[in-house]
Amino acid sequence: METSHPKLRVIILGSGNIGTDLLIKTVRSPHLDCSFFVGRNLTSPGMLKARDLGIRVSDKSVNALLHDAEPFDLIFDATSASAHFENWPVLRQLGKPVIDLTPSRIGKMCVPAINLDDALNYANINMVTCGGQASIPLAYTIGQVHKDVSYIEVVSSIASQSAGLATRANIDEYVETTERAVKTFSGAPRAKAILILNPALPCMDMQTTVFAQVERPRLDELIPAVDRIVRKIQTYVPDYRLVVPPLWDGDRIVMTVKVQGQGDFLPKYAGNLDIINCAALAVAEQQARQRLQIEAEVFC
Amino acid sequence: MPKITISDPTLRDGNHAVAHKLTAEQIAIYARAADAAQIPIVEVGHGNGLGASSLQVGLAAISDREMIEAARENLRHSKLGVHVIPGFATIRKDITAAIDAGVDVFRVASHCTEANTTRQHIEYISSRGKEVYGVLMMSHMATKETLRHECRKMESYGAHGVVIMDSAGAYFPDDVSERIGELTAHLNIPVGFHAHNNLGLAIANSIAAARAGATIIDGTARGFGAGAGNAQLEVLVPVLEKLGFTTGIDLYKILDASDIAQEVIMPYAPTIRPMSIVSGLAGVFSGFNKHVERIAKEFCVDPRDVLFELGRHKPVAGQEDLIIQVALQLSTQSEPSMTVTPDLTSPNLN
Repeated sequence: METSHPKLRVIILGSGNIGTDLLIKTVRSPHLDCSFFVGRNLTSPGMLKARDLGIRVSDKSVNALLHDAEPFDLIFDATSASAHFENWPVLRQLGKPVIDLTPSRIGKMCVPAINLDDALNYANINMVTCGGQASIPLAYTIGQVHKDVSYIEVVSSIASQSAGLATRANIDEYVETTERAVKTFSGAPRAKAILILNPALPCMDMQTTVFAQVERPRLDELIPAVDRIVRKIQTYVPDYRLVVPPLWDGDRIVMTVKVQGQGDFLPKYAGNLDIINCAALAVAEQQARQRLQIEAEVFC
Repeated sequence: MPKITISDPTLRDGNHAVAHKLTAEQIAIYARAADAAQIPIVEVGHGNGLGASSLQVGLAAISDREMIEAARENLRHSKLGVHVIPGFATIRKDITAAIDAGVDVFRVASHCTEANTTRQHIEYISSRGKEVYGVLMMSHMATKETLRHECRKMESYGAHGVVIMDSAGAYFPDDVSERIGELTAHLNIPVGFHAHNNLGLAIANSIAAARAGATIIDGTARGFGAGAGNAQLEVLVPVLEKLGFTTGIDLYKILDASDIAQEVIMPYAPTIRPMSIVSGLAGVFSGFNKHVERIAKEFCVDPRDVLFELGRHKPVAGQEDLIIQVALQLSTQSEPSMTVTPDLTSPNLN
């Protein structure tokens, strides 16, 4: 067996903004070890960063995993939804857990503050979307407090400079995947997701607003419940902050969070990049703890 | 004589002015009048386009489908157009349904620097054989070089033309001449302009656009639109004709259509009210005004302060949730009035 290896060995597929930021976080993690960084272009900024860090790289995309990989325990797919559709039939044959950071909707949707342990039972774990990671815990909390919720709407605004080409080319997938996840986790029968790119300089921090229509608002219960889940998210996304606490605005509940990143690959304003990577990292680290039976402080 | 194609978003941009509450009957009546006047393109829908009915920017009274059908049944000569903003509308949920419902012309829009979010939508619509234009909103926030670069992208996706919008009503005629001139000199597809009247310059700016080579100009009955409204169509058409452009629109019938519009769909004729002047000065999207007025009241702050403060955040169209945050922030500041005299010598153009 391979249990002698002290860390979970991971492969990162996709060398764009998400993959490269994830690489930096993985290198810092006490539980993970990135053994292979795979993309399509050896001269991309992400590849250069990986080589700087002394990580083994390949430009052969998913094929590199078939022919060129040393033993590993887990794969992150940080390509794009359409690429993940092509990658998945190959990846599943490798028999290792896959954490999918694209909005492909193939795997089990996971938001760590809500269903971390349950998601670990699945071969393909999907991290929904960046906006989804910010909004779904709040939507879930609204649904827990208000069984009468009829509609939830989530609006994420992100700095243009934090939206890479894959995000831009897959904006429909972002919207539809986020909407589906909001409904699933909150129990609201109807949901809408909106994504706004803002090019203002200096770059704006990622911001997400959640609106809800309910029969009877219960702010007394909602406010402490939101505080609790915000603290839980902060255990894996340190700079996730409530900037407009739950309010009743005429006919709707509204609240807003701001998410700053840790400034790993892109600057701190790119909270969107950070939050989905922090969530994916939380899943991988929990996997590492389970697999390697590390006696570490248990999440939440 | 140079030909100008008039596109009339009275039933789309005008929806902003009534908080997106146009009814099927109102749409049917105006569509009939516009069709009789031979307006080439009649746009219909929520103010922010397909799939935009939301708490963020306002819930529409009726569905996209009902709006499209009400217009479709009453247009014989005019083409039926819709506005589409990726991030709000998707191909699967909204665009395919609109094609099935008989829309002829799609105008796919993004903020002025984000044209590559429109790629999949423009390519899809073009592949379905429909007329498709790229639209850059809030275009005063970008330089002419950036606009050229972004329009080029839309051209490469297969857009049949590009339209730049002065969504905040912040342009002066020279700004328009410079930008439209840049685009017509470098693009191989028609260029269009959509004016807002916050500073009373919608007609002057539209003329500047036409003279710089724009061949698509937007205008609405009585100027009905977000905030201070758009270029007033029944003024625009005869002014363009007098300057030697042809529009193909029947003068008396467009005058009649504007009366019908005022009678049937407008609670009041658009005028340049103080909030619109401030949003033009602050460079904030005209569609924000109704939300700003409501929210400023709830938080007991001056709506003009909210607009100027919003201007400093440089929000794009669709970022209405920022209003609550700014109002909350202003309401918790200790000073009784936050009013800082804005620097009007440097308009919000960059």
